[in-house]
Amino acid sequence: MGSLQIEAILFYILASIAVGGALAVVLSQHVVRMAAGLVVCLGAVAGLFMLLHADFLGAAQLMIYVGGTIVILIFGVMLTSGALVGRVNASPGEMLGALGLGGLFFALMVFTVGAVDWEAVAARQPISPRDADLALDRLQTSETSNDNQAQAKADRAQTLAERSAGRSTRPLGISLLGMRHETDKLAGGKVTAGTGYLLPFEIISMHLLVVLIGAAYLARAKQKVKPNEQLTMTGGYSHGH
Amino acid sequence: LLLRLSFEQHRIHAVPLEFLSALVGGRLAFFLIVGFHTAVLSGLLGFCPAFFIWLERKVSARIQDRLGPTRVGGRFGWAQSLADGIKLIQKEDLAPAASDRAMFQIAPYIVVAAAFSSLMVLPFTRGVVAVPSELGAFLILAILSPGVVGVVLAGYASGSKWSLFGAMREAAQMVSYEIPLALAMLVPLLTVGSLDFMQVVELQAGFAGMQWLVFANPFNFLAFIVFLTVSLASVKRAPFDLAEAESELVAGFLTEYSGIRWSYFFLAEYTHMFTVSAIAVLLFLGGWWTGLGIETWLDPVGPGDGWSVVTLLLAFLGLGVFLLKCSLLVILQMLIRWTLPRLRIDQVMTTCLKYLLPISCVLLLGAATWPLVLASLTGRTTLIGPPLGDTIKRPAAQLRAKLKPDIPAVVNSRAHELAPQTLQVGGVR
Repeated sequence: MGSLQIEAILFYILASIAVGGALAVVLSQHVVRMAAGLVVCLGAVAGLFMLLHADFLGAAQLMIYVGGTIVILIFGVMLTSGALVGRVNASPGEMLGALGLGGLFFALMVFTVGAVDWEAVAARQPISPRDADLALDRLQTSETSNDNQAQAKADRAQTLAERSAGRSTRPLGISLLGMRHETDKLAGGKVTAGTGYLLPFEIISMHLLVVLIGAAYLARAKQKVKPNEQLTMTGGYSHGH
Repeated sequence: LLLRLSFEQHRIHAVPLEFLSALVGGRLAFFLIVGFHTAVLSGLLGFCPAFFIWLERKVSARIQDRLGPTRVGGRFGWAQSLADGIKLIQKEDLAPAASDRAMFQIAPYIVVAAAFSSLMVLPFTRGVVAVPSELGAFLILAILSPGVVGVVLAGYASGSKWSLFGAMREAAQMVSYEIPLALAMLVPLLTVGSLDFMQVVELQAGFAGMQWLVFANPFNFLAFIVFLTVSLASVKRAPFDLAEAESELVAGFLTEYSGIRWSYFFLAEYTHMFTVSAIAVLLFLGGWWTGLGIETWLDPVGPGDGWSVVTLLLAFLGLGVFLLKCSLLVILQMLIRWTLPRLRIDQVMTTCLKYLLPISCVLLLGAATWPLVLASLTGRTTLIGPPLGDTIKRPAAQLRAKLKPDIPAVVNSRAHELAPQTLQVGGVR
């Protein structure tokens, strides 16, 4: 159908922008240009997420990663502001190490992508948001839906409609509170309450808080250095864990 | 509710799309619709700054006991912005020798792109939005945030100390002010229990503006004031215009720019002013509702089930009301700019980190506990007007009841039980 082709075209545009940005990061020797390339790359990836109807993920990508890149940019500018052209010249050894790491990561990606059964994935999400909504509309208007089959159909249509139209926020929020949509679906629709994603989220944020306090402390301690204070600092850090 | 509203949004898109599809074929109809939305929004991107720049000249002139533009285009000088635009396009597109040329030239586009894209998720009247999204409020914050990258790039790539200072100030200001901005937006969103602008405004219909979220509880009212303050900082206008600071930094990150690229920054700034005001209107001031309650009286159904004449007329009325409210807030921003002196950079940071941040955290906590405390004390979740949830229609639950008549609808819908607003609605009635 037409919409699928448009999606394919958009995908190729966004993907090539992302790859172009990534190449700019790798090939440029200029810190600020690298950061700009990173912004382009991450922004295009956010666009890809949106295209896949994962709009929460896309928005979070823009918010967190592009915002984070601003910080990188600021550090890049601040640390290299002596000479306005902050060039990064890699030694041959570094190049070799980077190549090795990059190759390993590439192998990992190939392995991961190859391990997924894409046919099954493609079969799971066959319809566009519009078709899903139309299906739901049809179900809504048809009055003869008392049997199990129709129920299953309705559930499926609704899930598909939610997923395809990018309505991922509500399920995400509910999963955060401990009601896992997808596992419940596997368990035959039984509602089970667990820790959800809230506990890992809290643990991560506590770690970040600890790092933040540590960084603030380090930045402060630079003014008046005393050996005992530094010891307290490390103590505080491990205590936070 | 979510299900129904999203149905509504899709029907709104489906109605012209189906009509056009029958007329010219699916593919062309799709492109026509997309083209129409894009054209309208780009028109807004051009018109908004032109109008507001003219308005700002008039407002500042009045404050300073002057007349402002009076000659171009008649008595009120309404064509002044047009003349300015033509002048700016004619100017030479310069880049300093010390600049990082490519970055210097790209930077204005990033800023404009962020400001322009933010218009996509703004609903302008009941049922009219270019990109309906369940998380509009979050999305608009996310779209606006990369604009800072453009400013920092511009400041850096100019190869000038003034620009660099301006950009660094801007970065520091933005990184810190984004937090109270988001928190202040969260307070009304918490009251409603949704991130969808459509839904947030839909719940603010009613008589005498009582249902407007500013008046929903005292925390919302304070959050509105915090939001106005922070939004001033986020559009980098006085008293928070540290990034440009004419008296200290020549023109900050704009110093080396001229001609059309310079004007791009101003397009972005004035569009950003409009966007921020629109967010305030949508989240606090009842969006497109007149506050008289006539809309729900004349047309209780709304555009969800296709457009009728009354719905269409009311949509235009809503558009006018929405734009009027936004313009009033923009004028407020102008009045503040021409009245208050600029803060120092340390004062800016103190205002944000020591005052606005804790205040907005307290407001968030307060807004979260308010309905619970009120419910336990008085038995209602709101002081004035009916509980917010009473205006929610629940076709989703009805749909389920129709599909599975043997199971009670409320028990059946899990999302329903867990939704924040049902805590307020279902808990006490």
